[in-house]
Amino acid sequence: MSTPMVEAHDLWKSYAGVEVLKGVTLTVVRGEVTCLIGPSGSGKSTFLRCINHLEKHDAGELRVDGDLVGYELRGGKLYERNDKQICAERAQIGMVFQRFNLFQHLTVLDNITIGQVKVKNVDSEVAKVEARELLARVGLDGKERHYPAQLSGGQQQRVAIARALAMDPKLMLFDEPTSALDPELVGEVLDVMRDLAESGMTMIVVTHEMGFAREVANTVYFLDAGVIEESGTPAEVLGSPKSERLRSFLSKVL
Amino acid sequence: MTTPEDGAIKVVPVRHYWQWVGVAVALVLLAMLVNTLFSRVPSGQYVCHAVHGVRQCHQTSEWRFSWNIVFHYFTTSEVLHGLWLTIFLTVVAMVLGISIGVGLAVMRLSSNRLLSVTAWTYTWFFRGTPVIVQLFFWENISILYHTITIGVPFTNITFLHINAVTLFTPTIAAIVALSLNEGAYMSEIARSGLIAVDEGQSEAAMSIGMTRSQTTRLVVLPQAMRVIIPPTGNEVISMLKTSSLASTIGVTEVFGATNNISANNFEIMPLLVVASLWYLIVTTVLSIGQFYLERRFARGALRTPPPTPLQRLRRDARGIASKFRTRRGVVGAAS
Ligand SMILES: Nc1ncnc2c1ncn2[C@@H]1O[C@H](COP(=O)(O)OP(=O)(O)OP(=O)(O)O)[C@@H](O)[C@H]1O
Ligand SMILES: [Mg+2]
Repeated sequence: MSTPMVEAHDLWKSYAGVEVLKGVTLTVVRGEVTCLIGPSGSGKSTFLRCINHLEKHDAGELRVDGDLVGYELRGGKLYERNDKQICAERAQIGMVFQRFNLFQHLTVLDNITIGQVKVKNVDSEVAKVEARELLARVGLDGKERHYPAQLSGGQQQRVAIARALAMDPKLMLFDEPTSALDPELVGEVLDVMRDLAESGMTMIVVTHEMGFAREVANTVYFLDAGVIEESGTPAEVLGSPKSERLRSFLSKVL
Repeated sequence: MTTPEDGAIKVVPVRHYWQWVGVAVALVLLAMLVNTLFSRVPSGQYVCHAVHGVRQCHQTSEWRFSWNIVFHYFTTSEVLHGLWLTIFLTVVAMVLGISIGVGLAVMRLSSNRLLSVTAWTYTWFFRGTPVIVQLFFWENISILYHTITIGVPFTNITFLHINAVTLFTPTIAAIVALSLNEGAYMSEIARSGLIAVDEGQSEAAMSIGMTRSQTTRLVVLPQAMRVIIPPTGNEVISMLKTSSLASTIGVTEVFGATNNISANNFEIMPLLVVASLWYLIVTTVLSIGQFYLERRFARGALRTPPPTPLQRLRRDARGIASKFRTRRGVVGAAS
């Protein structure tokens, strides 16, 4: 069996003395979609941010694609990775944010190509061709000259997905990608994500869209107060919750 | 009878009578100003000629503002050279000041305490002392340091050895003083611009693998520019005028040059007018430049960028033209 894409073992993280992650253990299998659900403040975003090293975990072991995140094991010692190595790690992990975070001063096309051109040193003409293909894939061909402020929320989020995909990531992280959207725009973003899942992309999705989790996820984890309370297939976790907390959480979001 | 459907109902706009009073007062004041600017006064000189064998004399008059003298000195080489020095000082001091300021702002916002405290102290020091004092300080720096040596600190290895008196000419001293001082002000402006950019922008940049410096250069700074440019435009215009202080340490920029001339010919007022007119002209050019720069960096921030004055003119012309057309239309419908 190949190594899992993400392996977290007893992961701890605190902010200014407040424990946010209290020993999270979780495995994400290659090519699968993992949904992370849980109440607000339970540490879902923090966990995602640890995976691409936007946050540094305090204790525990976190591996992406077999490699320790932020550290290197050499001769029985852990060496902290330098900035350049961390950037190289991040470049292989796509992230989609709740508030899109498109670069406001760049056109849609430049938003998508900037990573390829500046980080991967791809020729800008080559990057443009690829960006146009990606735009078509997320259903936005013809919008390349627009600025983010000229697009709807759903369109912006699809551009954000295209921007992440342009880096040809091995793993995609979604942090509540549809929470900032009007209800009628949620569908178009979920459709793109569904296509992506079908293409075999490994994805971790923090979401409150239980319909999407039930339909697309291979595994669902329920995170509560910094610990994984329950995990399993969508049918198990969403269909027959064992703990009282998950039952009450589900009754609120459904 | 006409109904709304005809589109022929006459719309009476709100009348603002007080506005007209204000306009009238302003017009009178403007007329007085123009009148005095171009008034003539008795010159104290008489011209006489014989009319039918009788000698008649009358006093000649001259411009109150001595426009003929202003005009005469406006483009003398001394003044033009001074103008060039003024622009040179402004541009160099601003370029250096902006670089120092952006560097300081990035340091100030760094998570490294030592860097942020250093930047804070710099700003504290240079904002806390008058520019004119700093000018005199740098002009006289050779009293403190006879030579300036570049090498490895605390060793005998030196690369360069310069006499401070020859290095710190008045112009160099002015550039150093003005840029260091400007850096302190620019750092606050740059910092407010950097803070104004949403944190999500740098997170997104880092998430696609950009380094810290790429994130700052390619994502944060360009967006901060929108906030940074308007006050920086102010700083440039302010620097244009502050550079006149350099005349106190012997730099003959435009104010120094006009002062030198009036010290010889005692035409104080006309030469002050010469200097003022040049400052006004350069300020006007700078303001136009600022408008276009702001427009350039507003890209993406607004759904539709504000029109340029030319575009606005064209739009107004179209508006007036269409108004005439509809008026004729209304008249046609009523008849
Ligand atoms: N930079 C920070 N400094 C201090 N506390 C933080 C920081 N970031 C997050 N926290 C705290 O950590 C806890 C977990 O935050 P996190 O954003 O991971 O929650 P979440 O599960 O994503 O919640 P939500 O559904 O609201 O996004 C919260 O209590 C939050 O206040
Ligand atoms: Mg969150």
